[in-house]
Amino acid sequence: MSAGLSVKDLSVSHGAIKAIYELSFEVAPGELVALIGANGAGKTTLLRALSGLLAVQAGSASWSGNSLLKKKPEELVRSGIVHVSEGKSVIPELTVQENLAIGGLWRRDKADVRRATKESLELFPALQSRSNQRADTLSGGERQMLAIARALISRPELLLLDEPSLGLAPLIIEQIFESLKQLKAERGLTILLVEQNAMSALKIADRGLILNLGRLVGSGTPTELIHDPQLRSAYLGF
Amino acid sequence: MRKFISSFIQGTRPFQRVRTLRPIQRALILTIFGLVLLVASNYVGELQAYQGAQVAVYIVAISSIIVLTGYSGQISLGHGALMAIGGYGTALSFTEWNFPWPMAIIFGVVVGTIFGAILGIASARLQGPYLAGTTLALAVGLPSVADQFKILGGEQGLGFDIGDPPAWLQRLAGGNFTQYQWFFWLTAIAALFIFWATTNVLQSSFGRNWRAVRNNPTAASLAGINVPRWKILAFTVSACLASLSGALLALLLGLVTPTAFPLSLSFLLITGAVVAGLGRLGGSILGSVILVSIPELSGALATHFGDSQKLTANLPGIVSSLMLIIVVIFAPNGLSQIKLGRKPG
Amino acid sequence: MIVNTLLIGASSGAIYALMALALVLVWRSTRVVNFAQAGQAVLSTYIGYEAMNVTHSYWISVPIAIAFGALIGALVDILFMRVLAGRVQRGPIAEVAPVIATLGLLGLIQSVIGLIWGNAFVQYTSPLSGKGFTIGNETVPFSPQNALIVAAAAVVMGAFALVFTFTDLGLALRAASFQPEIARLAGIKVDRIRTIGWAFAGAAGAVAGVVITPTSSLYPNSLDLFFVSGFVAAVIGGLESLVGAVVGGVVLGIGFAFILQYIGSSVTFLAAFIILMIVQLVRPHGLFGHKASRHA
Repeated sequence: MSAGLSVKDLSVSHGAIKAIYELSFEVAPGELVALIGANGAGKTTLLRALSGLLAVQAGSASWSGNSLLKKKPEELVRSGIVHVSEGKSVIPELTVQENLAIGGLWRRDKADVRRATKESLELFPALQSRSNQRADTLSGGERQMLAIARALISRPELLLLDEPSLGLAPLIIEQIFESLKQLKAERGLTILLVEQNAMSALKIADRGLILNLGRLVGSGTPTELIHDPQLRSAYLGF
Repeated sequence: MRKFISSFIQGTRPFQRVRTLRPIQRALILTIFGLVLLVASNYVGELQAYQGAQVAVYIVAISSIIVLTGYSGQISLGHGALMAIGGYGTALSFTEWNFPWPMAIIFGVVVGTIFGAILGIASARLQGPYLAGTTLALAVGLPSVADQFKILGGEQGLGFDIGDPPAWLQRLAGGNFTQYQWFFWLTAIAALFIFWATTNVLQSSFGRNWRAVRNNPTAASLAGINVPRWKILAFTVSACLASLSGALLALLLGLVTPTAFPLSLSFLLITGAVVAGLGRLGGSILGSVILVSIPELSGALATHFGDSQKLTANLPGIVSSLMLIIVVIFAPNGLSQIKLGRKPG
Repeated sequence: MIVNTLLIGASSGAIYALMALALVLVWRSTRVVNFAQAGQAVLSTYIGYEAMNVTHSYWISVPIAIAFGALIGALVDILFMRVLAGRVQRGPIAEVAPVIATLGLLGLIQSVIGLIWGNAFVQYTSPLSGKGFTIGNETVPFSPQNALIVAAAAVVMGAFALVFTFTDLGLALRAASFQPEIARLAGIKVDRIRTIGWAFAGAAGAVAGVVITPTSSLYPNSLDLFFVSGFVAAVIGGLESLVGAVVGGVVLGIGFAFILQYIGSSVTFLAAFIILMIVQLVRPHGLFGHKASRHA
């Protein structure tokens, strides 16, 4: 099918080291798919390849029928694909308000940018009071919220989230994941959620994909994955 | 200190690759090569002898850049100033205090080395552009100091005329031994010796440590290398070489003036070092030959194209700049690496 | 006496600040010290000189020179720096390669200028007088041309400050220089933005060239020392900060003026060297610099 995210036989290398081996999977529009795996499984590499930050050695990837490969990240943003990268997706030297504004700089429809900014702030009210503070004064959770809020201002169709829960307290993680669920429900956003925190991710996902050492080793609904004892112990950590 | 001297003379023992020459073999080859050069100098004209001496001076100067930038990774845009210190120290002790000229040269080198050590200590903490800026200020600032102090001769500069070749040498050469030939002998012997000694040092653990500092200072310090101390040592050795080349230049010119060490000299040295290849000392020979031939080549080209004044004045600049740009873009490890197909150190 | 020295320092400080601004702009966006800046600025000035020969008007030649300065800056980024970025990766020269390449470009630009216009000194005259204002019976060492210099520098700095703080372009420039990858992921065309930064830098250098050259002569190397001072000023201020560049420029200008007055002209750069050493001993990243806190 040409709608949604379609990845076929994708191979990605870091220099001489192969990180992803002939990976194939699909994400239907409006789905929230959790991509799970241990450290070094290739999850971040996959996202970086999909968002144009890394070159791809073989295979194909497309969104709504348009190829994602050989494009610069800033071009893909204009096609509706936004990647919130792991750990550093907020510019510390700029204020919260400026960080948000960056998400809308490329857009022509400034009225919609204002609307989107309002919606983002409603989704994450904690940011409202910090509007003029520098982003490096924010807590980890607030930074993550800011990153997602900014991504939303670009009105993405496909959101690539890289470990949003990294280093955050369980309560904040829950908060953020609830917001993601809300987003998916309200806007029909397609989300590819990369997580080490398998439990939390599977709770809100429609489907799960398990990656290990660059290969797909399991896929299915959260219930299927959780009830498979082998997969559970080997990859899900519980 | 002992280790330094011993590596100065012996080079390394363990970890020697089969193809590396042992210092004694190297010494032999260089001596034979040197003798050939010295005899050959009898049969060439004055200009060639002078140019040969220029090449020798540049060899020593470019070696200083290779040690500092190629090996320890510190960039200096001010080596012209270090040369000036060597040159002025030499001329000063000769003119003011009547040192015999060999002693004067040694004095100049000592002064330059001390200054280099101080500069190294001050610069050890500085990174890339900050170090570049500081050495640039030095390159511009130091030569003009000579204008300020009478004792340094002001605009006129100081003389360093070592006189005619000694009588015994004149007799040996059959009476046809010119002063420029004498200069060539002196500078060539110095250059060959320096080349030999510096190669020994660079092949030893000194070279390895410097490279480690350049490639990854954090890893190096974790491996037990005292990074600041090695950086300072590199500066000191480099300054020693640079001031020697300055002294030799003074010998060649017969005097030192503030204008003998302009900013463009520092840039020229970098050009020669980079074009030839910063990673290996052999680059100093190739680089020196290139530097001295550029004016010749451009002169010939300019004549070919009509010999206008604008052309003659600017073609050398165009040639050397283009060379530098092309090498940096297409052969960043210098021309000598291309020839031998070696991977960068 | 002190006032006189301050006035002299203000004018040269303005030029150093402009040069420093250009350098910092490029450093922040490309992490390269652009030595070719000196050549770009003098080339723009020569173009202004030609424009003046054709139109016989200084005031028309100035914007032309500035426009060309911006254009040349953009071209250097597109044709030269991007090519360089794609190629040089390893070896002893990897870090210093771009700097050395700009050194080569500097030599090339100056040699080509010499080829086209010759190396002789030419005059690029401004209608403003180079003689100091007279206040009462005294002639102050500050002429209408000096006033233009300070005014021009102030306008450029003001314009940059406005653009950087209040416009979308300025925000994009800042974002792209702080965190280029994040900026890309937010949809900012980082390459284009960087080229615009280079254009701004080129324009700043051109402004410096056209206002200072009437006070002496124009020849291929005429802006070299100003550039070196600008570099020193930028390092003193800390290469990361535009404010630092301006402060560094003013401090250096005034410092030089005092040294000129009370010691002599030949030690100015040695003094610069000493000032640099002292500043870096105390604050290795310059007065306004901060350690690379950009790896968020």
